[in-house]
Amino acid sequence: MSLQLDFPAVLERWPSFLAGAVLTLELAFFATVLGALLGTLAAVGRGTHNSLIAGACKVYVETIRNTPLLVQIFLVYFGLASLGLKYSAFTVAVAALTINVGAYTAEIMRAGFEAIPRGQIEAAEGLALSRFQIYWHIILLPAVEKVYPALTSQFVLLMLASSVCSQISAEELTAVANYIQSDTYRAFETYIIVAVLYVILSLVMRAGFWGLGLLLFPRRRRLGTPL
Amino acid sequence: MGGHLNINHLMFLGQGALWTIGLSLIALIGGGIVGFVIALARISPLKSVRLAGAIYVQLIQGTPLLVILFLGYFGLAAIGLKVSPLVAAGASLTLYVAAYLGEIWRGCIESVPKPQWEAAEGLALSRTQRMVKVILPQAVRIATPPTVGFMVQIIKNTSLASVVGFVELMRSGQIVNNSLFEPFAIYAIIAATYFAMCYPLSLFSQRLERRMGRGRSNLAPA
Repeated sequence: MSLQLDFPAVLERWPSFLAGAVLTLELAFFATVLGALLGTLAAVGRGTHNSLIAGACKVYVETIRNTPLLVQIFLVYFGLASLGLKYSAFTVAVAALTINVGAYTAEIMRAGFEAIPRGQIEAAEGLALSRFQIYWHIILLPAVEKVYPALTSQFVLLMLASSVCSQISAEELTAVANYIQSDTYRAFETYIIVAVLYVILSLVMRAGFWGLGLLLFPRRRRLGTPL
Repeated sequence: MGGHLNINHLMFLGQGALWTIGLSLIALIGGGIVGFVIALARISPLKSVRLAGAIYVQLIQGTPLLVILFLGYFGLAAIGLKVSPLVAAGASLTLYVAAYLGEIWRGCIESVPKPQWEAAEGLALSRTQRMVKVILPQAVRIATPPTVGFMVQIIKNTSLASVVGFVELMRSGQIVNNSLFEPFAIYAIIAATYFAMCYPLSLFSQRLERRMGRGRSNLAPA
């Protein structure tokens, strides 16, 4: 039992760590934005009366939620390759993460839609709002407001899950760590540093989403209650 | 690159699937035991214990499982322990699962209606008696659906143990793929196998949740 840690030897690679962290945040950002769109569409699709669309959305959500992200990434990676399409590891990673988080977002959004009181929609119809206006002002925005905390947790989890993209050699934080530890033989120190960086990144993301929430939902801020 | 997928490959994948189930059980049991301690620590009357529990949960939930696996794998080696991938993966998953189950169960314990706590206190039960005889039996009912749901997460997460060389379903798929090189077909089979393991649990969890919803309305405080 002799544990000797040599952090300086690893810490002198800080520019690589920083570049990896930035790439992780980029992956998380693109996948969050695209996944939120995809997930909302899938949630709307599941609620339509067209059973074909609703069924397709259900199959998508259940398939993704019941298979590991690692398998999904490999399937997208090799699937695109076998179709003869060549994309960078970054693009493939964003695509796979988007497909993944889209399914979870869809479930959360569906819960949000279901939490909208029927009477509010009827009231909006009574006020002769158009279908689009009802969907946007009465259903979508209040639903997002209701499930905002759950959504943000999901997106922080997505940032952490993006570490799996190191397996298809997207050069994000974990891939950088794999490279540095094989170069310096200081595996334990490297992964401790990376773990600390991930904790910091997740705290930063949480703080960012909290600020964004205050900005986006002034009603919540004014009343001081979760609506 | 030789030959086609044959019965031997499928047998090998089947063996991997069994190891996936085995590792999931190890993670569930180990994580359940540690997670229960975490849940109790999070509602402890001592502030320092509560804080320690909160820090543990924050640290683990802020770190990707992949990094925890690497830390377990290299960390145990760094302190001079020669460990097999099974031990490293089992230990890492235990720590990871404990943080999440601990939080889930804390929520369940805290959602036992407040009058139950007060009534137990009014009957002069000690803190341990209150917990064991009044609160926990009710909390277990509340906790069952989310715990079954989380088992799906555990099964999916064991796929990451493949990167530290543990031959479970994912890793056995990669090994088969190395000899056949038909990645799309093989990973599709792997995905289908995971789905076959996880989907019944998902459905079961949903059903439990719905049943709970009916039962709970009678239990709710006036």
